[in-house]
Amino acid sequence: MSAESATAPATLAEAFAARGLDLPTTRQERWRYTNLRALAARRFEAPAARVDVDLKVIADIPAPRLVIANGRYAPALSDLHGLPEGLRVRLLSEVRRDAPDEAAAWRATDATGPDAAFQQWNGALADEGFVLDVEAGVRVEKPLHLVVLGVEDGAERAFHLRHRITLGAGAQLTVAKHHLGVGAHRHLLNTVLQVELGEGAELSQARVQREAHGATLIQRTDAVLGANAHYRRLDLELGAALSRHELDVVLAGDSAQLDAHGVLLADGRRHLDTRLGIEHRARDTRCGLIWRGIGADRGRAVFHGGILIAEGADGSDAQLSNKNLLLSDAAEIDTQPVLVIHADDVQAAHGATVGRLDDASLFYLRARGVPVAEATAMLTAAFLREPLAVLANEALEDRLTAALDARLADAARTAG
Amino acid sequence: MLKIDNLHVRVGGRDILKGLSLEVAPGQVHAIMGPNGAGKSTLGHILAGREGYEVTEGSVTYQGKDLLALEPEERAAEGVFLAFQYPVEIPGVNNTYFLRAALNAQRKYRGEPEIDSMGFLKLVRQKLSVLHIKDELLNRAVNVGFSGGEKKRNEIFQLAVLEPTLAILDETDSGLDIDALKLVAEGVNLMRSPERSFLVVTHYQRLLDYIKPDVVHVLADGRIVESGGPELALELEQHGYSWVKDRIAPAGAGA
Repeated sequence: MSAESATAPATLAEAFAARGLDLPTTRQERWRYTNLRALAARRFEAPAARVDVDLKVIADIPAPRLVIANGRYAPALSDLHGLPEGLRVRLLSEVRRDAPDEAAAWRATDATGPDAAFQQWNGALADEGFVLDVEAGVRVEKPLHLVVLGVEDGAERAFHLRHRITLGAGAQLTVAKHHLGVGAHRHLLNTVLQVELGEGAELSQARVQREAHGATLIQRTDAVLGANAHYRRLDLELGAALSRHELDVVLAGDSAQLDAHGVLLADGRRHLDTRLGIEHRARDTRCGLIWRGIGADRGRAVFHGGILIAEGADGSDAQLSNKNLLLSDAAEIDTQPVLVIHADDVQAAHGATVGRLDDASLFYLRARGVPVAEATAMLTAAFLREPLAVLANEALEDRLTAALDARLADAARTAG
Repeated sequence: MLKIDNLHVRVGGRDILKGLSLEVAPGQVHAIMGPNGAGKSTLGHILAGREGYEVTEGSVTYQGKDLLALEPEERAAEGVFLAFQYPVEIPGVNNTYFLRAALNAQRKYRGEPEIDSMGFLKLVRQKLSVLHIKDELLNRAVNVGFSGGEKKRNEIFQLAVLEPTLAILDETDSGLDIDALKLVAEGVNLMRSPERSFLVVTHYQRLLDYIKPDVVHVLADGRIVESGGPELALELEQHGYSWVKDRIAPAGAGA
């Protein structure tokens, strides 16, 4: 350790090469809109042994709450009061220590090939994460809050987290994940989340990403849904310099359902890239995908909605809507809905639009006396709120709406 | 109150208003009638400040100010209100929230203190009971899922809350059955006062059975071709708009 920290860390490209990996380039179709060249030349240090965080950062996030700060579990910030029975919470570090075979087995399903280089890098280095198991038939009413903090600590660091959520047959869980930035750090967070839902299981999951303006987040989510399982999720991408999320969901059992909604708020110089890969592999499966994007200032929002309805997945229903607002000439939005159908008796619809705020609506508000900046903010907020009603949990939805509104208010203040 | 002098307006390269002049005194109700395409809606939009209209000649003075130099929100705060012919549906924006934001923005412009949510609710309840409007409209998104009649009544409700000094009703009667029409007219009549003027733009005479105008103007081919008392509206109802065509021709030939 001491020898390693004495020398300057390798560049990201060198770190990948040392493990026989190549950083993805824009020549690869799946990475076409996200250029990593600047990132490749940067040098990231390993996590520090400890980091100090002010408790007030997470003061408004209720218990039960688990916190990871700069890649390390933070027991002082966590609060496991009210953790219900039937929900087993472990840390990846514990599992690696106590049951190394179990942890190793989780890497077996990782994707291979050049597009998944970050996942493989994660497989080699991930040393912390939340491991949640809900027993069959257990329904957990209270949401569990997972917090991942990036904290300024004088260095640029890379963290590798791997989380797992496993629900037994008929189990139910609600999880809210908060990515928050403390200070003006420029860390790199490389995350893998694996989700397995048993027959009839229900998982509601929110992810609010409000990282520091210099942060880089690379996340891959792999979910497999059993028969009649229902996965609801909402992703609010509101922060970071670069946030790339690949959400791959396999509807493996008959009548499995996915509702994945999200918001990409690409203002400032933010680059947000969300790539959905939804596979209908069983009969009567359903997905509903509602995504809204904003391109403002010099921001860029990239959305790829890939839906595959495999042979034999008859009676499937897939609905994708991606609407975007382009609020500045220097902003960019790339949207790409891709629907591939190999089955019969399928209902599928997809729509992607990029537009400006509606002139008639803007004039209506102004004609009643609302100043143009306020009217614009009102219409923008209304546009972004549409995907929020997905989690089947009103209190959590209110919390997320408030988070979105607060973020928009901050943006308006900065602009003004 | 309002003085429009020789107003010429062009939209998309076409002349729509061609020398319109009009003067409205405080407390007066003026009706503007005219056939389709005469420029009636253009007049409402230009007074409220909608973009896309080019004023090539003439002026609009409102309470001594050059109205055309003001932004739409400034005109609203100065007391100009346009009841839209087609009120816009705005999903995701709550009707009450929007109206309170509008009222407070206007008050702020005029240097008056803002009204808090309790005070606003009280004001709203009072206006609702006078206008016989169901308060369920308040909790919905602006005009979303409203029937045609509800949309028009929502306009009158906004008028009642914002208390403008000049209200322009742009074909508020269009698409309304007789019962809805009476309710809307009743709301307008309740708002009449010596300080408040109305410009009632309509195609049909029947609205004027319920909102009694002081002056009736006939707008044709971008100009006022005839002005008179309420009896003029009845005359139009009897003879239709065809007889006004004779009056346009000389001016049209001259232009």
